Amino acid sequence: MDIPVSFIISYNIMLSKVMSNENQHISSYASHAIVLIILLVLTTVSVLVTGWHLGAFTVAAALLIASIKVRTVITYFMHLKSENLFLKLMVSGVFVLFGLVIVITFIDYYFR
Amino acid sequence: MSVQQSNIEHFDRETGKLGMWIFLFTELFLFGGLFLVYAVFRAKYSEDFHTAASELNAFIGTMNTVFLLVSSMTVAMSITAIQRKQRMLALFLVSVTLLLAALFMMNKYFEWSHKFELKLYPGSLVLKNLNQGELLFFGLYYMMTGLHALHVFVGMVLLSINLVKIKSGIINENHFLLLENSGLYWHLVDLIWIFLFPLLYLIT
Repeated sequence: MDIPVSFIISYNIMLSKVMSNENQHISSYASHAIVLIILLVLTTVSVLVTGWHLGAFTVAAALLIASIKVRTVITYFMHLKSENLFLKLMVSGVFVLFGLVIVITFIDYYFR
Repeated sequence: MSVQQSNIEHFDRETGKLGMWIFLFTELFLFGGLFLVYAVFRAKYSEDFHTAASELNAFIGTMNTVFLLVSSMTVAMSITAIQRKQRMLALFLVSVTLLLAALFMMNKYFEWSHKFELKLYPGSLVLKNLNQGELLFFGLYYMMTGLHALHVFVGMVLLSINLVKIKSGIINENHFLLLENSGLYWHLVDLIWIFLFPLLYLIT
């Protein structure tokens, strides 16, 4: 009686250890540093672009750069790149949903 | 036997992270609602928003952006350090993240107190006499940066807890879910600032 129980326990512990190490992707320090440099360059660009006073394009450019930055942070710093497909789809889905909320609100605002 | 059984570890890293992501989605919509209000009023009162936004100091905004970007990198690196069993380095990186967060908050303090000196705080007579759009801009400015600063504060508390747990070895190369999830939270704080910064400080 005792043997199977302890076997099950040790199996469970082993499994949990395997699980915690499963898909363990270790990102290098260098890759993080490169991502930071890219983000700082993008920040500089967005500061410069808004100084040019391009009118409506300024807003579009600033938001486009911000979107690229957000995507970069999510992919590399938040390690979405090494996550499973399910999570990737969920994250994309939430952003699509948020986009729809914005679009529908503006449709309501302009055509009411 | 029952004592032995309670020692079985119930631990699932994937589920733990999924839960955190779902929480972050709700955070996205919390700030998303404010972004939406901003967008609609900006479309309605573009002139007033232009005037009011020029009151903000773009230099402080840029400095805070750099602080948050660097801190995002250090917290991401601390996870690498923990995985590679470099405990001291992980402690150092989390400490640097905390320091940068403190610098961000300090900047925010100076920025807000300068606005208060100019009597541009919610409910002030100066603000009440401004145009409707400018009033809305400052309302949104305080609400958005205030809610964001609250998140920075919560992030600092989380990072401090991580610091203690890394020190005591509770967070180690096998168990670092708390650090990962706190890191995810910290990146969210960064993500929100990435949008707040151009919308409030740059597009004038």
